[in-house]
Amino acid sequence: MPRKKSPPITEAWRGMTFTRRALLVGGGQMVIGAALAARMAYISIIDNDRYVLESESNRVNLTLIPPRRGWIVDRNGKALANNRVSLRIDIIPDRLHNKEFVLGQLRTLLRLDGDAMERINRDLQAASGFQPVAVAENLSEGDYASILVRLPDLPGVAPQRGFARNYPTGAAVGHLIGYVGAPNAEEYQKDKDPLYITPGYRIGKDGLEKYFQPLLKGQPGAKRVEVTARGKVVRDLDTKSDIQGKTVHLTIDADLQEYVARRMGRESGAAVVIDCENGDILSFVSMPSFDPNSFSDGISNSEYAWLRADDHQPLINKATRGLYPPGSTLKPMAAIAAIEHGVDPSERHTCIGGYRLGSRFFRCLGTHGSVDMPTAIMKSCNSYFYWLAHRLGYDAIAPTARLLGLGEEFQLAGSNQRYGTIPDSAWKMKKYDQPWSASDSLNAVIGQGYVSVNPLQLAVMAARIASGRRLYPRLVRREFKNEALPFSPDAMAVARHGMDLVVNGPGGTAGRSRLPLDGIAMAGKTGTAQVRGLNTGNGKGGSWRFRDHGLFICFAPVDKPKYAAGIVIEHGMGGSRAAAPVAKDFMTFLYDRDKAMEALETFEAGWGGTIKERMDRDYAAWRSGASSDPDPGVPQ
Amino acid sequence: MIPVPPAIQRIPWKLIAILSGITGFGLLVLYSAAGGSWSPWAWQQGVRFLVFLGVALVIGRFPIRIFEDFAYLGYIGVLILLVAVELLGFVGGGSQRWLNLGFMNLQPSELMKVAIVLALARFYSQLPPGSTRTWTALWPALMLIGLPAALVMLQPDLGTALAICVGGVIVMFVSGLPFWWFGSAAAAGAAALPVLFSLLHDYQQKRVLIFLDPESDPLGAGYHISQSKIAIGSGGIGGKGFLNGSQSHLDYLPEGHTDFIFATMAEEWGLIGGLGLLLGFFLLLRWSTRVALNARTRFGQLTATGLTMTIFFYIAINLMMVMGLAPVVGIPLPLFSYGGSSMLTIMTCVGIVLAIENDAKKGSRRLQ
Repeated sequence: MPRKKSPPITEAWRGMTFTRRALLVGGGQMVIGAALAARMAYISIIDNDRYVLESESNRVNLTLIPPRRGWIVDRNGKALANNRVSLRIDIIPDRLHNKEFVLGQLRTLLRLDGDAMERINRDLQAASGFQPVAVAENLSEGDYASILVRLPDLPGVAPQRGFARNYPTGAAVGHLIGYVGAPNAEEYQKDKDPLYITPGYRIGKDGLEKYFQPLLKGQPGAKRVEVTARGKVVRDLDTKSDIQGKTVHLTIDADLQEYVARRMGRESGAAVVIDCENGDILSFVSMPSFDPNSFSDGISNSEYAWLRADDHQPLINKATRGLYPPGSTLKPMAAIAAIEHGVDPSERHTCIGGYRLGSRFFRCLGTHGSVDMPTAIMKSCNSYFYWLAHRLGYDAIAPTARLLGLGEEFQLAGSNQRYGTIPDSAWKMKKYDQPWSASDSLNAVIGQGYVSVNPLQLAVMAARIASGRRLYPRLVRREFKNEALPFSPDAMAVARHGMDLVVNGPGGTAGRSRLPLDGIAMAGKTGTAQVRGLNTGNGKGGSWRFRDHGLFICFAPVDKPKYAAGIVIEHGMGGSRAAAPVAKDFMTFLYDRDKAMEALETFEAGWGGTIKERMDRDYAAWRSGASSDPDPGVPQ
Repeated sequence: MIPVPPAIQRIPWKLIAILSGITGFGLLVLYSAAGGSWSPWAWQQGVRFLVFLGVALVIGRFPIRIFEDFAYLGYIGVLILLVAVELLGFVGGGSQRWLNLGFMNLQPSELMKVAIVLALARFYSQLPPGSTRTWTALWPALMLIGLPAALVMLQPDLGTALAICVGGVIVMFVSGLPFWWFGSAAAAGAAALPVLFSLLHDYQQKRVLIFLDPESDPLGAGYHISQSKIAIGSGGIGGKGFLNGSQSHLDYLPEGHTDFIFATMAEEWGLIGGLGLLLGFFLLLRWSTRVALNARTRFGQLTATGLTMTIFFYIAINLMMVMGLAPVVGIPLPLFSYGGSSMLTIMTCVGIVLAIENDAKKGSRRLQ
């Protein structure tokens, strides 16, 4: 609506209006110009740091070089885990221009199967920029060379000379060392380390590899290159080489470790050897095992299924995760407890083939007649110990068992322990809300009933009895106090004497496992643990799963103990039959390698070759028989 | 009709210095953008500048009467060309902005930026002063602006359509139409913005949305703005040095020699280079604004103001775009960006303004 009372419009008015408005327009233009200048100043001064950074991150592409993993070596510096050269092919997605052609060529040249192609396509879709996508690893020199010569025709393909984890003794160290594997999505989310998504990088997944990951991992190197927006490399700027991870020194004796693993043969079980002077674990074996080399290369579904299907449970570390009734191996311990509670070791008890408790008769394995304490240990007379337990009650014995390491969880690098049960009346009341009975004591004293231990604890018990000190097992040089046990020397001497008689005495239960050495004798104690309930079946035959476990604890030499060990052979039908001979051979190995190797080679000829030969053959047989097995899911 | 060549002292040396300064700086940037080479852009741009400078000086010698007489005719001619482009595009199946004349590609929409200013200046110079506040002063002007703007929008070319509108509206503004008309039109336009937005093409809508939030799509359409800001910001105060701009040399900056040449420049010359260039543009616009204020005829006043705005609009929109203050609309930086069409338009503007200046020197003011 035009205003009614406006001044008359003349040319002069119009001229003035023009001048005013033209100046207004010019002024407006200057204001906008000044605002633009201010905006530019803001971007280039206030935000300068941020944009310089973004410009640099545009210009420079950083490629991480995965660090070489630190070695794991034994007490003499011999490698238990080291690195080998691994030839690999990656794809850099940003440089891949003719995807179909390049992938087709790779498929032909490297003979990739459909599964692999599917994975590569999936990874390529998820990847962005310069994050390499793995095509194949552990290539032969021939395959690698075939890619190298065609490289000019394959833009985006990046051959790499990397490193892979190598375990020289394979399955012998599986449960000791653990294994490495490619980090999974959750691990990446947790640590946000860009190295985790670099192909070829591995982190410790289990055992010592996992425990010592911070030490072993090292520091990645980096290659900086200047690239164009299309990913063309203009020039290399600089390269920082990686820093290898630190070496981890173990107390393990690699040769003994391998010997023990091989000597276990086709049996399922565990053996731990401890240095009685300082608690060093010299050998830590659980068999059968897996080959950690398979895991570090990325284990196949079928190989994993094969390991899972095995009823000997190669994936379980029986040395710390296997719990067994210890059987008669607890008798030297019970003897110490009895002497500490005032029992005279020379006091005799007559074995009539068992022990009567009220209306029940607890059987002995023989009829031993009149026995004193050392003889009862030597002959493993149940009646004698039933009598002791009935007299003292198990609450008097259990503290001694605990002092000797049973029921104890040790501070041991990288191990995941199940530490079992040493029962007493308070424990039973808490767990079952029932009072302790005399028959519970009788069962417990011969290592049955509620009692369960793992093989590591057995070895520690042997080492503590042998040394008289409270030794703590260790895998690395870690200082423990190892103070003297609060037992009288006499009590310890009786237990050691009894164990000496078991091997070297007349009619000892492990008499056949005497060391074939001059001047060096082994002391020990056998144990046979029933798998089925007491007094049902004889456990000496029939189906493997129902046979008795064979156990053995030992130390040598008798007069000045240096080595102690605990061995469990699952369903081995008896300690003297299955476990003690293994101890005899590896104790021999510690003093006379040639003699021990001779024995081992004889055995292996009968078993069908070395561990690796047997595993390869078993796997091949399994695969031909169960190739259509459902996917069990591989842990990553 | 063409006057005899003037004496040396009558050549506008100061103006030539300003134009050469801006273009010469642009040539250095083009040299660097080509990776330190005069080809393919710098030498061609230099030759083109010399030719167009000559054309502008010749236009500057024309009597102003000619522009006034041919203002409507020229406008109608360009409008026909716009329709022709539209029809050719329709026949060819797709959008087309130029006509192939054999020796060059002619963009009629570029010519329209000049033609609309001349036509409106003629219209308002002939309008009796008493009609300034009447309907008679409004509807023909709206028709004159609306037709070509609509045709250019159909191409579709949002930036040029806006330039045509802005040039025309400024002529209307300085011709003395009531202030509140513009105020209410601006308010109505703001209210109708959502409707107008919905009329835009998908890719244009996307550009606007990405302008509002460039980080939402840093590798897609927001890439231009992000990379441009990185180039300007990383230059800092003194720049990375001649030939040292990584953003442009490593191709991170798209269109580094045309629409985004300012970012290429700022990366290597920094804030100092940017302020220097702004100073050059300021001197050019100050010259043409002075010509407008001192013009002898009303047609000259209105034309010079409108053409000044046309030049300013190029500069402002381009700089706002590269600094992330406006959507990516594809408007080059006058005299600086590589390209013939925009330089032709600018030099034509400069030539006409020069003619108005020369006209003012001929005699006393006679505002008819």
